[in-house]
Amino acid sequence: MERTIRVLVAKPGLDGHDRGAKVIARALRDAGMEVVYTGLRQTPEQIVQAAVQEDVDVIAMSILSGAHNHLFPRVTELLAEKKVDDVLVIGGGVIPEGDYEFLKSRGIAAIFGPGTPTATTVEFIRTHLKR
Amino acid sequence: MSGNDKLKAELERWNAGVDKSLAKHPERRKDFVTGSKAPVGRLYTPADLESREYLDDIGLPGEFPFTRGVQSTMYRGRFWTMRQYAGFATAEESNKRYKFLLEQGQTGLSVAFDLPTQIGYDSDHPLSAGEVGKVGVAIDSLADMETLFDGIPLDKVSTSMTINAPAAVLLAMYIAVAEKQGVTADKLNGTIQNDILKEYVARGTYIFPPEPSMRLITDIFAYCSKEVPAWNTISISGYHIREAGSTAVQEVAFTLADGIAYVEAAIKAGLDVDDFAPRLSFFFNAHNDLFEEVAKFRAARRLWARVMKERFGAKNPKSWMLRFHTQTGGSTLTAQQPDNNVVRVAIQALAAVLGGTQSLHTNSRDEALALPTEESVRIALRTQQIIANESGAAETVDPLAGSYYVESLTNRIEDEAWNYIRKIDSLGGAVKAIEHGFVQQEIQDAAYAYQMDVESGERVVVGLNKFQVKEAAPEGLLRVDPSVGASQAAKLGALRAKRDSSKVETALAALKAASKTDANLMPPIVEAVKAYATLGEICDVLRATFGEYQQKVTI
Repeated sequence: MERTIRVLVAKPGLDGHDRGAKVIARALRDAGMEVVYTGLRQTPEQIVQAAVQEDVDVIAMSILSGAHNHLFPRVTELLAEKKVDDVLVIGGGVIPEGDYEFLKSRGIAAIFGPGTPTATTVEFIRTHLKR
Repeated sequence: MSGNDKLKAELERWNAGVDKSLAKHPERRKDFVTGSKAPVGRLYTPADLESREYLDDIGLPGEFPFTRGVQSTMYRGRFWTMRQYAGFATAEESNKRYKFLLEQGQTGLSVAFDLPTQIGYDSDHPLSAGEVGKVGVAIDSLADMETLFDGIPLDKVSTSMTINAPAAVLLAMYIAVAEKQGVTADKLNGTIQNDILKEYVARGTYIFPPEPSMRLITDIFAYCSKEVPAWNTISISGYHIREAGSTAVQEVAFTLADGIAYVEAAIKAGLDVDDFAPRLSFFFNAHNDLFEEVAKFRAARRLWARVMKERFGAKNPKSWMLRFHTQTGGSTLTAQQPDNNVVRVAIQALAAVLGGTQSLHTNSRDEALALPTEESVRIALRTQQIIANESGAAETVDPLAGSYYVESLTNRIEDEAWNYIRKIDSLGGAVKAIEHGFVQQEIQDAAYAYQMDVESGERVVVGLNKFQVKEAAPEGLLRVDPSVGASQAAKLGALRAKRDSSKVETALAALKAASKTDANLMPPIVEAVKAYATLGEICDVLRATFGEYQQKVTI
């Protein structure tokens, strides 16, 4: 039997807009994945700790405050410090396309902007798992 | 045969004929629904309105139950206040944007604060890293507030501040800046959002648990009724509930249920309902379904009037009036073909005006991408000015009244919102319903259903799931200088070195002592602010006494 994909849906930073995070959490669950949602205001440290504890395959972060260039790379740095190299990290929210390249260079595999169908994210996860 | 019986017989005949022709000329779809997925009939006639009495249910503008509006002349007297929510980076930059907006003919200010300010952290707090000045202006102390309103006479403008958990602190700063300008508090006009309940369900900038939060709110009601009598002490907000994905009915129901909770808390704190209720104000969203939105505003007014008069026994007609600000729906904007958003915003703004709003913010076309540029903000403001001066919508009171469709939607929204309010009452009121996660779950279910409808194509969003084009990445977006965090931290360091620290300590100790009694907290907060205690220091004192809210996580 195929292994169930485990995903941590996380809200880094201080913004409280969690409509997108919750919709994506539910869509991933409906697609047969196991989903843990962190709730609001998570520091990169808390996110990485939860990811390790829950032994997830994917970290999916949502942010709408504009602090993505600061917070997303911090998560991949912390993963590297912990020698975790098999977790897929993706992001979503209000993020200018001009920032996508920078974020990709810091290990964020893909950014899903407003209007992305949830099916696109599901498909991306299924085809880009690192383990 | 009475007139209505005759009409019903005629309708039966007409419907039978139409149904027969459907085989040859089918309608576009089997079921027609509103933007909130409520069923829409083929035709509305007087037969749909026979359960209501004109004078009891619709009445005259400026009179109970205010279905037609809170003023007798509405926009024939004066237009709504055109109030664009703005603020970013530092107090200096935001001050420049406010002066630009006032020069463009805007008639009121609306301050956006950054997230650290909204959550009561100073700019140099570790959790503020990366967030300073991003979604609004960073305010750490009275010194920043003095810069923010430099050269703007506070007795001449009305200022709305989107601040909730630390609303008491920002209001205290505003009062202190006014005093320095020589303006006494009784001359101040404006609004603080101060609506904590919707933070727990939809917006997320809470600090303290519900009980002490409600106490801070009722302290503000009591203080302002004496010291700042023209100030709107709360803006009970459905806007964020709708943005989180609720339906129009849920927006009305959950907002008014929150309103009921505030009124009950204030009465329990010993206030007379007519002393504070006239200063309660509301804040709603405007989405794309023009008629449903107009009906929503009318239904909300009627419902609130009945709640205040019948449930709380308010005697002052001003206590019965639901006055509200509207913002067009941020979640309806598309990142794809962003210029199309100008048209969406125009329809939504028209709905707000036809629904009798007291003030209005129109979103800018580029807000699904970033903070708006000056050019986009100007188009958004011009949209309001075109509706006001060219559309004719402002020339008579409540122009859609009497439309069989709009009146019947108004009735339906009122009835369904009552059902929700009864359900929330049975759970023990809004605070309990939020603690149970009931309100959150209802909103999330609606949000998910909406997303699935868009993905299945059941709901068309132009440019997103139909009529798409290949697009280049948008250019010229506004970027907040990332050095704001460092410059704000440097300012804080200088302030801490310069101020009289013994005065700060005394003021914070007095606030701490008061927080442990049931004394009104506004006076010690005003004193602390004047001593240049920082927002973070003041909130830390309150965190120590009150504790912090732990979110109820539901998906």
